[in-house]
Amino acid sequence: MSEPVHIRRPRRWHIAVFLAPALAVYTTLMVIPLVETLRLSLFTEQDQVRSFVGLGNFITLFGDPRWAQAFWNALLNNIEFFSIHMAVQNPVGIALAALLSVPRLRGRAAYRTTLFMPTMLSFVVIGFIWKLILSPLWGVTPSIMAAIGLKSLFGPWLGQEDTALIAVSLVSVWQYIGIPMMLIYAALLSIPEEVIEAAECDGVVGVAQFWKIKLPLILPAIGLISVLTFVANFNAFDLIYVSQGALAGPNFATDILGTFLYRTFFGHQLQLGDQHMGATIATVMFLIILSVVAFYLLVIQRRMRRYEF
Amino acid sequence: MPRINFRSTVLGSTALAVGVLLSSAAFAEDVTLTIESWRNDDLPIWQEKIIPAFEKANPGIKVVFSPTAPTEYNAALNTKLDAGTAGDLITCRPFDASLELFKKGHLTSVNDIAGMDTFNAVAKSAWSTDDGATTFCVPMASVIHGFIYNKDAFAKVGVEVPKTEEEFFAALDKIKKEGTYVPMAMGTADQWEAATMGYQNIGPNYWHGEDGRKALIAGKEKLTDADWVAPYQTLARWADYLGDGFKAQTYPDSQNMFALGRAAIYPAGSWDISVFNTQAEFKMGAFYPPVKKDGDTCYISDHADIAMGANAKSAHPEETKKFLAWLTSADFADIYANSLPGFFSLSSHEVKLQDPLAQEFVNWRGACKTTIRSTYQILSRGTPNLENETWGASANVINGSETPEVAAKRLQDGLDSWYKPAP
Repeated sequence: MSEPVHIRRPRRWHIAVFLAPALAVYTTLMVIPLVETLRLSLFTEQDQVRSFVGLGNFITLFGDPRWAQAFWNALLNNIEFFSIHMAVQNPVGIALAALLSVPRLRGRAAYRTTLFMPTMLSFVVIGFIWKLILSPLWGVTPSIMAAIGLKSLFGPWLGQEDTALIAVSLVSVWQYIGIPMMLIYAALLSIPEEVIEAAECDGVVGVAQFWKIKLPLILPAIGLISVLTFVANFNAFDLIYVSQGALAGPNFATDILGTFLYRTFFGHQLQLGDQHMGATIATVMFLIILSVVAFYLLVIQRRMRRYEF
Repeated sequence: MPRINFRSTVLGSTALAVGVLLSSAAFAEDVTLTIESWRNDDLPIWQEKIIPAFEKANPGIKVVFSPTAPTEYNAALNTKLDAGTAGDLITCRPFDASLELFKKGHLTSVNDIAGMDTFNAVAKSAWSTDDGATTFCVPMASVIHGFIYNKDAFAKVGVEVPKTEEEFFAALDKIKKEGTYVPMAMGTADQWEAATMGYQNIGPNYWHGEDGRKALIAGKEKLTDADWVAPYQTLARWADYLGDGFKAQTYPDSQNMFALGRAAIYPAGSWDISVFNTQAEFKMGAFYPPVKKDGDTCYISDHADIAMGANAKSAHPEETKKFLAWLTSADFADIYANSLPGFFSLSSHEVKLQDPLAQEFVNWRGACKTTIRSTYQILSRGTPNLENETWGASANVINGSETPEVAAKRLQDGLDSWYKPAP
């Protein structure tokens, strides 16, 4: 029997020292602005005097018919924007990745680079190029469609209420398709040869192999991409601003939360900016994104089966 | 290799930084004033004509013209002023946007600037406090609305300049039938084009200029009254005469369409003159908004549009004042009006315009009664903002997604929700 030896552990100062720089940078650049935004949303300003209103701004946002109408319109448009990305960008991205990982594919590097190229271009360039491509006056679309006899199907898509949001969403899909493609491609490459060989021995080849073997194995990557798409879409602003302007026309058909926030916070033409209502919208956006991401991390991701090799 | 490259880069940039410091020290005695503006189209004119003229008369002061895109100007300026990084001279939007800046203490009073007496009360009204006691920007120019037309196209199709609304639509029909030209170059994608070049252009004829505008502010007339709905009804008829896909046509598209000679009529703001002068290769003429019946009084929108004030936080208040005083001079009025045909001086100085098209616009001041845009004074103070709502309504009415009556009702309801006219 021996007494348990109490070794006095030295204080591990180095942990704090090593954490400090990152913590300081993160706090000044992320935490303080975030808290300040949340705080701003609880105040209002009348004749240059700032006063505390509690949840008053939120009551205005959801209670005043004009604010509420604008907000729900932006939210619904944002959901549609996200749905189009989920329905088009991610499946097509996965399909492209599956095609790229076919072993006997020639010119793989060229395809990969080409498909990823738009993602690296500035949204200003993308917005401008597509506005020109789709322009009914100078665009190539009407002439191409005329050449194959489909001129009658062409319309000023970016200017019609029922097509503008779909058109802008598809431009955004075109731009960002490289991201799911690359992530899935990497996930597919990390599947060990043995698993594939075992599948082949059991006679699972070709398309069946993709559905039964590869897809379950890349499911966590798909989940991650969905969350990234969600966060990016609900923070989106740039492409709509560049192609449709801050008023997100026609008749607010392409107005999403980002453009709604911009107009409110910074003002537009004769409308002066309102920091407090802007911060209120920013807070609501933050809560929407936070709750969905938390739901994904806490509920869905825990139930997802992972395979260790 | 990489290490050497890195070292030479560091050395190079250090040398550069030292050089910049030295050169800025060498010019330390020159004061540099920066102008904030939304007129990015005018950059060459400021750099080549206006600023050199001022610098010649005022040695020791350098001026930099630093414009922002028009749609971003207000937002960017407010942010810069709040952060204390804005330039010394602030180009002023008319009415409330600038009034708010003055109330916040960002702009100083210009009452004591020498030469302010060359502007009459109407010219100063757009940049004065509600009681008219303090003016905070030096008025620079107004813009006039009307229609510019392609003279060659009119000659080819065989139409005359329309005087009445009936003649106007008859001319459009004839041009459309003939088929060479798109009758009218305007789009609804940017929305403001429909409101400014459409509604505010033809509207004064219906609401009788200043009479209607003041009655609206006083609450004696409503946007749902026949005189205010009628311009929307006329606008809705324009849709038949615009180019294919006008719903996705932007303002630059419309400008190009007309400048390339594809369209016969262009609903214009006078600021377009300078753009067309450099681009169009055909003869142009202009006519004011056609009246309802022959012999009716015509009204035009002669809108006080641009002025300049001093940033209260400027590090060089004396030099800034000098510049503002120069803006009131006959010299400036002449340079500005002639290098930017389409911006008409608001001062009492006699200015001879060399540009025939601009002269045509300014002649209307004698023939018609003038007014300013109906939504600018007081009525765009609240939320929803009447000016912004008017953009949407004008575009919707032309696109056919809202009837004139519904749009007018929506605007009046929005206005009623915050605006209570003084009894």
